[in-house]
Amino acid sequence: MNINLKHEIPLTLGEARPVKYEVRLKGELTEELVRELSELKGEPEWMLNLRLRALEWFHKLPMPKWVRGVEELDLSRLVLYSKPKGSLATEWGDVPPEIRRYYEALGIPEQEAKLLSGINATFGSESIYSKLRDSLRSKGVIMMPTEEAVRKYPELVRKYFGRVFPYTDHKFAALHTAFWSGGAFVYVPPNVRIDQPLEALFLIGSPLEGQFEHTLIIAGENSYLNFIEACAAPRYSGESFHDGMVEIYAHRGATVKFTTIQNWSKNVINFGNKRAILEEGARVDWMIGSLGSKVSYEYPMSVMKGAGSSSQAIMVSIAKGPYIKDGGAKMIHAAPNTKSRIVSKSISGDGGLTIYRGLIKVLRRAANSFAHAECDSLILDNSSQSFTYPHNQVDEPTSTVIHEATAGRLGEEQLFYLLSRGLSEAEAKSLAVMGFLDDLLIQLPFEYANILRSVIEVEFSRLGGVG
Amino acid sequence: MMLLKVVDLHVEVAGVEVLKGVSLDVREGEIHALMGPNGSGKSTLAYTILGREGYLVKSGDILFEGRSVLGLSTDERARLGIFLALQEPPQIPGLRLSPFLNAIINKRLCRKELNKLPPPQVLAEVGKALQAVGLSRPHLSRELNMGFSGGEKKRSELLQAILLKPKLLILDEPDSGLDADGVKAVARIINSFKQEGKGVLLITHYARLLKHVPPDEVTVLYRGKVAVRGGPEIAERIDSEGYSFLNGSVGKDEH
Repeated sequence: MNINLKHEIPLTLGEARPVKYEVRLKGELTEELVRELSELKGEPEWMLNLRLRALEWFHKLPMPKWVRGVEELDLSRLVLYSKPKGSLATEWGDVPPEIRRYYEALGIPEQEAKLLSGINATFGSESIYSKLRDSLRSKGVIMMPTEEAVRKYPELVRKYFGRVFPYTDHKFAALHTAFWSGGAFVYVPPNVRIDQPLEALFLIGSPLEGQFEHTLIIAGENSYLNFIEACAAPRYSGESFHDGMVEIYAHRGATVKFTTIQNWSKNVINFGNKRAILEEGARVDWMIGSLGSKVSYEYPMSVMKGAGSSSQAIMVSIAKGPYIKDGGAKMIHAAPNTKSRIVSKSISGDGGLTIYRGLIKVLRRAANSFAHAECDSLILDNSSQSFTYPHNQVDEPTSTVIHEATAGRLGEEQLFYLLSRGLSEAEAKSLAVMGFLDDLLIQLPFEYANILRSVIEVEFSRLGGVG
Repeated sequence: MMLLKVVDLHVEVAGVEVLKGVSLDVREGEIHALMGPNGSGKSTLAYTILGREGYLVKSGDILFEGRSVLGLSTDERARLGIFLALQEPPQIPGLRLSPFLNAIINKRLCRKELNKLPPPQVLAEVGKALQAVGLSRPHLSRELNMGFSGGEKKRSELLQAILLKPKLLILDEPDSGLDADGVKAVARIINSFKQEGKGVLLITHYARLLKHVPPDEVTVLYRGKVAVRGGPEIAERIDSEGYSFLNGSVGKDEH
């Protein structure tokens, strides 16, 4: 399949324009606020109770030690729930024009027509558009806003929701679960294969907003799906906060390919909480492009619970400017013959900071498991930094764990060398970056490699360079 | 025609005056050997001509084809047609020789997209140049200067020198680390530059290379100043006596 998603890259949303909202909730993070949100959504009791328990944990849990760069974040100043005017649409024509404009700028409607199997668009806190091809619907595939699934398929949702990523994990997971809203629910029945990707789009349209969308993907036995998550925001003054969650449950023999193109504008603080549980022989691949945001935390985790399951995480982070990209994959080998692979490539420039914190954990029972991690960082100048903190915890003697790391700096000497060949500074850096990413890009599906290439070209062409 | 004219150049590096009034000319089709003991300021002059950061011109001027280049950035100077082959080119991890050559060739041709393949006739030139410098195709997929032997680095520098088609070549110790055959190959290339009418400023500590590359003019730097200037006979004298004779000439007054 040779598809070109080049125009998907949310690069050109421009300045924010006013959007009409029906409901906006803010204030202290109290039980009353959570009850109000739950009531607005018309939720069953169990979901309300889950939210309340999570809220309690949020107040109880300390600020995680690894958090950095979000000290100034004042949650009580944020709008925690915002519902744009209008109802859930299945035709773009029914989406309010001031919102539709953003999606059109990203070329979404054309893409949907050409290459997507289904799409869910969350604007602020609510899905404003959701559509799945009829051919898939008739096969029993479900894709709908998560809250709609809570109402329509309570038993199915309840079995998985919050079971893959417990809110007790850390403060921001608890915050998410207490205030979650929006996101996509996906169910693929056993033996159903969806070749063309499903896509979820998350936009934050106004400053000082919190977005807590929840995506739950259930892949039935021997099913196959390809899910793309894209995040974007227009420019505005004042920060916004994204604390979304992705839970994937891959049943026996299922394959899930999950791709994130995180390109928030530079005033968004981003927490990506992503986790998958893999049954016997299942496979989950994460491809994470961490490109935008002021500060971003992205730690996809795969729990290989079933024998012979396997997972891969490919991560590319760019911190160009006074931004922080904190990320790393976590691979938990909990069954025999499980296999994982992590490739992380980070680039910091113009004062940027990238941090890799990975975890490979092999439990005692995971005989003959194999894990390979490779993290490389490229530092483009002396004002930028990169840190790597790999962590391996291996309790199974028959397993193999390999970790490789490299760090390269484009110092004054290297830069002078490239300039002395007639290249401008931006061209020299862009060339070094493309070289650094090259062996990774050739492994990626063409369309994702293209997305990354164009984002890099745009990042580095601001100085007049050409990728 | 005059290509390079260095006029009474004073250069400071990290607060220390390294060049203390150096003047020197290079004409088209001329090989000008720049000699001197270690630390005499040869490489400093080369870096200053290319405008490297940290090499401050306190006074004097550098003219290329009659125009001062002091206000230009390193890449602008390179694009005027000045090329510097480094004595010890740095490693650039991840960047392979082939895309690097494509980029610098495309830049020379003023093409917008640097990552595109250069036109076919230029690609043929790359093949010929590889052969001339004694590198093979597999080198193209190696990362720039990574795991290159001393000799391979020199060959890669000359390869770039050929493909960028500069007017002036500054070659900083192009023969160090090469065996006798390597020295002959380098000499052949330098002589062909001269035949093509390019100007060559050939920096060398030893006179070994100059036996194969007869210089038109020899300048000897010592402690940041021009100590001696003349013809090939100076190189011969250095070959037999070393630099000890300099102790009796300039620089003595400073200590």
